[in-house]
Amino acid sequence: MGKTVEGEIPEDAPEHCPGPESEQAGKASSCDGCPNQKICADSTPKGPDPDIEVVQENMENIKHKILVLSGKGGVGKSTFTSQMSFALAMDDNVQVGVVDADICGPSIPKVMGLEGETVHQSGSGWSPVYADDNIACMSVGFLLPNPDDAVIWRGPKKNGMIKQFLKDVDWGDLDYLVVDTPPGTSDEHLSIVQYLSGCGITGAVIVTTPQEVALADVRKEIAFCRKVGVPIIGVVENMSGFVCPGCKTETAIFPATTGGASVMAKKMDCTFLGRLSLDPRVGKCCDEGKPFVESHPDTIVAKQYMEIVEKVKDYCAKSQG
Amino acid sequence: MSHGDHQLDGLHNVKHVVLVLSGKGGVGKSTVTTQLALSLVEAGKKVGILDIDLCGPSIPTIFGVQNKDIHQCDEGWVPVFLNQEQTLSLMSIGFLLNNQDDPIVWRGPKKTAMVKQFLTDVVWGDLDYLLIDTPPGTSDEHISIVEHLRVYKPEGCVIVTTPQDMSTADVRKELNFCKRAKLKVIGVVENMSGYCCPCCGEVTNIFSSGGGENMAIEFNVPFITRLPIDPSLTVGPDYIQMEDSVNGQQTIDKETQSTPTSSPKTFAECLAASVSF
Repeated sequence: MGKTVEGEIPEDAPEHCPGPESEQAGKASSCDGCPNQKICADSTPKGPDPDIEVVQENMENIKHKILVLSGKGGVGKSTFTSQMSFALAMDDNVQVGVVDADICGPSIPKVMGLEGETVHQSGSGWSPVYADDNIACMSVGFLLPNPDDAVIWRGPKKNGMIKQFLKDVDWGDLDYLVVDTPPGTSDEHLSIVQYLSGCGITGAVIVTTPQEVALADVRKEIAFCRKVGVPIIGVVENMSGFVCPGCKTETAIFPATTGGASVMAKKMDCTFLGRLSLDPRVGKCCDEGKPFVESHPDTIVAKQYMEIVEKVKDYCAKSQG
Repeated sequence: MSHGDHQLDGLHNVKHVVLVLSGKGGVGKSTVTTQLALSLVEAGKKVGILDIDLCGPSIPTIFGVQNKDIHQCDEGWVPVFLNQEQTLSLMSIGFLLNNQDDPIVWRGPKKTAMVKQFLTDVVWGDLDYLLIDTPPGTSDEHISIVEHLRVYKPEGCVIVTTPQDMSTADVRKELNFCKRAKLKVIGVVENMSGYCCPCCGEVTNIFSSGGGENMAIEFNVPFITRLPIDPSLTVGPDYIQMEDSVNGQQTIDKETQSTPTSSPKTFAECLAASVSF
């Protein structure tokens, strides 16, 4: 049977299994007849990439690198990335960069209000697109002739693009570089971690919604972080409760049948950074590319955002010292 | 197809193959797949669900069967059956993990190989419908499944989206992917369209409304239906109990009763009607 988690020899592997990570994986004589032979033979082990050093040089003047991750799609990674970036950049002395590592479904151009913008080439590399004086953004969305064009790329091509974002973009001096990611634990995630391995990742913010279907995938993402050695800043629960504008009653749209993100974080031994209520105005602001935290500072959600961002800032400050 | 069409024997007795796609994650692909499957089973069809979301398999969680194991027989992998009549069967990578929280940290080629193995090695038997639930995006899994299925002439795909621009922006890419891959779009489902407060009955368009329908018109593809947000559809393991799914009728009736504000039954019927070939 195919119990084939990478890096581990499955319990029911044939005798003398060389292990899925071995150079001999799928090719050794003991692999003949193993149901996983094809899978093992297809994965080619790679040596360290010389470009890791180039990325390291390009990232030299970036203080903190934060990943925004979730195993699940549509939980609000890009929304969180944008609002956190806007919140961080409210201090004019803070320089923020945003990398959109979601190659097939880039949302950063829309949520940052940069649709239709394109990237310019300069002597020192690609110039990022600025959402504000102190927010630089990079996304595959800026490179498409038509926003509806599908990016039908397999892994290696996506990895190449992400590498360019880290290595060839002229980021300049940044206090924070926030990386928005696609759902899953695959090429994009491995590549980001690999390319940033030379300069260090400050940590990851894990975004989830309260229901078990999302948490099930998010637990995998936390296990991924532990496996590849990315520190976890904490877990954020998005879309947590909806207050009806008519009768002011709060209902759980995505019911937390298993206790929600706070219980999950506790069980997984992670910091719980806080809840973000479901407010339709947040989605509307994102569709229009406006900074919700700045335009609606008195709302509950904006306050929740600011509290979470403070915690992230604290984490970064401490990790630096 | 370069070689080995005969290898796809696992699908030999499958009448209709339907994919459920979306460029965007978390819009309800797995929920729509589930509803569609239950409705078809209720109509007396034999249905299989193949979950090719390798990094985030949701189908086992939705059916509450995360702890089931896949058994191997001489012909290959035996899917998990959900009822005694064996009219609903599932295959997902979730069934192959020792621990549910283990991540699948695989790059493209390994995912591609797994997708192919799911198509060649699962013993589906006679099926009226094979529904394929997919991860978000237009990458390895999608390219592979479309390539491998070509000889089987899939009926097409159901596209799921939520109404807001942020979602349709990605789904428009998926529609262009279908065009490029020459995959017929059976129709678009607009999920999470409005929420009816159980307390006062006021409808709020949390994720806007109408975006999916407008997109379908613009791309000149059929629009199937709009489904309001229904918290009962997201609760995971409690949502479908094994004993209930012994009889599809019961399961669907139970859902209808528990959710007076929306009508998953009509929705599922609408969906099922859209895939009656």
